Amino acid sequence: MLTFALRRLLALALTLAVASAVVFVVMEVLPGDPAQVMLGTEARPDTLAALREKLGLNQPAPERYLAWVTGLVRGDLGMSYTYATPVTELVRDRLAVSLPLALMALALTTAIAIPLGAWAAARRNSVVDLGIMGATQVGVAVPNFWFAMLLALLFAITLRWLPAGGFPGWSGGLWSGVRALILPAVALALPQASILARVMRSSLLDTLSDDYVRTARAKGLTEGQALRRHALRNALIPVLTIMGLQFSFLLAGTVIIENVFYLPGLGRLVFQAINQRDLAVVKSVVMLLVASVIIVNFIVDLTYAAVDPRLRRRA
Amino acid sequence: MTLNRRLFLAGSVASLSAAGALGGASRALAAARKDLNIGIRLEPPHLDPTAGAAAAIGEIVYANVFEGLTRIDRDGAVKPALAESWTISDDGKTYTFKLRSGVTYHDGAPFDASVAKFNLDRARAPDSVNPQKSLFAPIEAAEAVDPATLKVTLKQPAGNFLFGLGWPAAVMLAPATAADAKTKPVGTGPFKFANWTKGASVELVRAEKYWGSPVKLDKAAFKVISDPSASFAALMAGDVDAFPIYPAPENLDQFRADPRFKVVIGNTEGKTIMALNNGRKPFDDIRVRRALCHAVDRKTVIDGAMFGIAKPIGSHFAPQDAGYVDLTGKYPYDPAKAKSLLKESGVPEGTKLRLVLPPPDYARRSGQIIAAQLKAVGLDVELVPMEWAQWLSDVFKGKNFDMTIISHVEPLDLDIYARDDYYFDYKSQAYKAIYAELTATTDQAKRIELYKKAQEQIAEDAVNVFLFMLPKSGVWSADLQGLWENAPIPVNDLTEVSWKA
Amino acid sequence: MSAGSEPLSISPGDCWASRAFRHPSFLAGAAITIMIAFMAALSLVWTPWDPTAIDIPSKLQGASPQHWLGTDQFGRDVLSMIMRGAVASMAVSILAVGLGAGLGVPLGLLAAQTRGFADHAIMRASDFVFAFPALLVAIMLREVFGPGWINAAVAIGVFNVPVFARVAYGAALPLWTRDFVLAARVAGKGPSRITLEHILPNMVSLVIVQATIQLSLGVLAEAALSYVGLGIQPPAPSWGRMLNEAQTFMALAPRLALLPGFAIIFTVLGLNLLGDGLRDVLDPRLARER
Repeated sequence: MLTFALRRLLALALTLAVASAVVFVVMEVLPGDPAQVMLGTEARPDTLAALREKLGLNQPAPERYLAWVTGLVRGDLGMSYTYATPVTELVRDRLAVSLPLALMALALTTAIAIPLGAWAAARRNSVVDLGIMGATQVGVAVPNFWFAMLLALLFAITLRWLPAGGFPGWSGGLWSGVRALILPAVALALPQASILARVMRSSLLDTLSDDYVRTARAKGLTEGQALRRHALRNALIPVLTIMGLQFSFLLAGTVIIENVFYLPGLGRLVFQAINQRDLAVVKSVVMLLVASVIIVNFIVDLTYAAVDPRLRRRA
Repeated sequence: MTLNRRLFLAGSVASLSAAGALGGASRALAAARKDLNIGIRLEPPHLDPTAGAAAAIGEIVYANVFEGLTRIDRDGAVKPALAESWTISDDGKTYTFKLRSGVTYHDGAPFDASVAKFNLDRARAPDSVNPQKSLFAPIEAAEAVDPATLKVTLKQPAGNFLFGLGWPAAVMLAPATAADAKTKPVGTGPFKFANWTKGASVELVRAEKYWGSPVKLDKAAFKVISDPSASFAALMAGDVDAFPIYPAPENLDQFRADPRFKVVIGNTEGKTIMALNNGRKPFDDIRVRRALCHAVDRKTVIDGAMFGIAKPIGSHFAPQDAGYVDLTGKYPYDPAKAKSLLKESGVPEGTKLRLVLPPPDYARRSGQIIAAQLKAVGLDVELVPMEWAQWLSDVFKGKNFDMTIISHVEPLDLDIYARDDYYFDYKSQAYKAIYAELTATTDQAKRIELYKKAQEQIAEDAVNVFLFMLPKSGVWSADLQGLWENAPIPVNDLTEVSWKA
Repeated sequence: MSAGSEPLSISPGDCWASRAFRHPSFLAGAAITIMIAFMAALSLVWTPWDPTAIDIPSKLQGASPQHWLGTDQFGRDVLSMIMRGAVASMAVSILAVGLGAGLGVPLGLLAAQTRGFADHAIMRASDFVFAFPALLVAIMLREVFGPGWINAAVAIGVFNVPVFARVAYGAALPLWTRDFVLAARVAGKGPSRITLEHILPNMVSLVIVQATIQLSLGVLAEAALSYVGLGIQPPAPSWGRMLNEAQTFMALAPRLALLPGFAIIFTVLGLNLLGDGLRDVLDPRLARER
């Protein structure tokens, strides 16, 4: 186990190093001059040069790469060119929106998907099953940003029950913050819940046909009892795997929804930073997102390997 | 489908008007509000107007947090601000400012002539990052004669010097806090900076002590709403009280029909043009440029892209500025003539041209309509949407374009046609002579004559295809008063804003 | 999604065609997909109006005998735009799937054939690709190479490569232990030849099923990309951009936002039904529970 862990750790470090190089190189080839974007069309060449010097853009690329990576290792994400604020601070502020939003969306997804999927599995091939599967089939096909537009039109503009967007911050109380995140969370959750409900159903059906469940039923348990006592727990493993994937998607992949509801989230920070050529922000935040996914995968792999020794050989 | 659509519409209209009635009634009972939520399209990168070009910086801090020696008022006129008065020497080279006494910054630091000198020196220093450094280029020296007197000597007379000192890039920062102004702006204005939730809003509160007449608002929050449809929703839902530069002209009729709102269409200095690369074939031929002028139907562009609210222009000059000549009739819409001009100059049918479109809606929309109009005269236009950063490096610096649509927002910027290395690459000795005369002339009547000549020369040479003035379409609560109708410079001056009691 | 977990083998005697005609979701999915494909093909030679023709005076009209689905803010015919929009949607997703399958399947087969280092490297590389947030990658691709439908397809295709690699790997690996492969080995065939002659034909159906699923994801991704301005460029119509342009007209003409949305949902639904149906039809053993 130890050699396995060490080898995986080495692979992890290597992967992170490659990822940082990829991110850095992409930043280098992005067309456009950050200084020109900041100073606009009337800026004189000497002003531009002065700003580039201040931002440290005149140093050679390898030097800047090393400085950036050593900073990352020490937990220093650098300074934003445009905001003139530490990137760490920006990320922290944005996470205060993105993290609760992702958690709310995931909670909603789970609350809808698990019971629906289980219900459909328990009544397989009944009208209930057909209805749920039909609905999720449509749910998977709905573009979430389109659904978001409809939600805003109905609940914010027409009914005026919820704000049309924006985020008041958590200082004004829990409810005002949660209120602002309801519509975006619903828009994100619908397609995800449809996917998860389908996974839940098929995973339950797979375990129901496994030997031990058959044995349980042979012992005289009803199908419902067999489902609750034996199948459910085992069926949750693939469901949890999918949920993990969904969470990382929800954290970074919400740019469009954040735009529809003008939420100051992590996705929009990067989006805006790309447009303003605030490369210091872009590279550090993208690297952060990539690293978090890679590290989570690493932990998952280790856990699996600890549970199931057969997997260790594959590494 | 049709039925659903009708129900949908009927439902939304009914509840909108009901909500309007209720909103109006409840507001009438309440006392006058002291707070204001303003929607802005773009978030400022930071809050120091002396270190960044983004208009969003001035839209928040100008006149509210920071003040300059002079200020531009709502009509575009130069007014005293931190300088109470000034005298100009007869040769036009020495400006002596009498500064207001007793002015302090929000942190208590005093403002005096040495502070003013610090700011002027900082802006023109070699390592200055001032986006409008050219404003300060004429300065030979600045000298604090005594705490209340500042003497500025110029290298040569500069007609627009006082106007330039009123720009956001020329506001006066305090020496001790200037370095941190990007995130913690400390000014002399009636409002002080309170809080900035990045990506969401910037909040200002009334300063306890202010030299000028007191403001009526206690609090102002600028909320960043970048999406045009979200700005509609935010106003309708009451999340913001005012959107001084409302981004979606197509929604204005809905606001006009709603008694809760006031729609105010004003001027900006934004001359929207389709710039032609004069240095590149086929636009090095004046007949081709004229053909394009004839091929573009301004009225359709304005109706389609701006929903009819913009004024057409025929040269690079704003109709509200003194000296304007109406040249919109010079190249009337005439596709047949355009075709024959193109033929005459040897541009074959189906010639491929690239039209680069920066992000704003006015450009993206006008571009689609103009492409269709140019197709009608036999030109095959490829639309190339581009983000700002790349537009700046490719088009503006690299001159790598055929045509592009852009609004020039600097007031009275006739100088760009006299520049040698400007992006549309216009080279005319005749125009340079007119412009040189203009800069050397101080007599107002003579200047106006020269303005006219300059406009005519630009139109005669058909340098670019002149489209329309970018309107300032503001939407705000019907109970709000004192916001600027026009935008001679892009700012949101809140000093005179109040709620009706 | 879990299609890669089980190997497939189609014995020649299996008559999948007869199963297909009894499978409701396969039939529905096939019908919808054919309809959309026909609409796309038709739009290339005929639409009621030129979908790019701008006619400002007749903008924002409701449905009428002239314009069955009304006109948009530039007076363009919405029906024609939706018809032609299908082309963009199809072109981008097909190219993306082609790219994904074209690179991914050989990589997966190679991994299964060689095991050891190549196996390890290919699977690690696919984890690596998935670690990058897809939309941000697409945005950066646009910034570097400019917008356009091919770049959009590449951005989507990059994320299809690991998907196909994993499916191919998962399907090919167990086949290597099967009797007919052992027989081929004994007969002296080299590993590459075995892959081509025995492994590939036995997993094609799985790849087809996965391709259908990736097509539907591609349609959704294309819509999202052109919604943020990354897909096919104007004046060529696309559903995602129609949604984007319709946003400010939501309260004025909801039709403009609803119709392209329905077109997207309908297409994705059709492809998903087809994919599910194909899986059942091509592999009866997987169908037992569904």
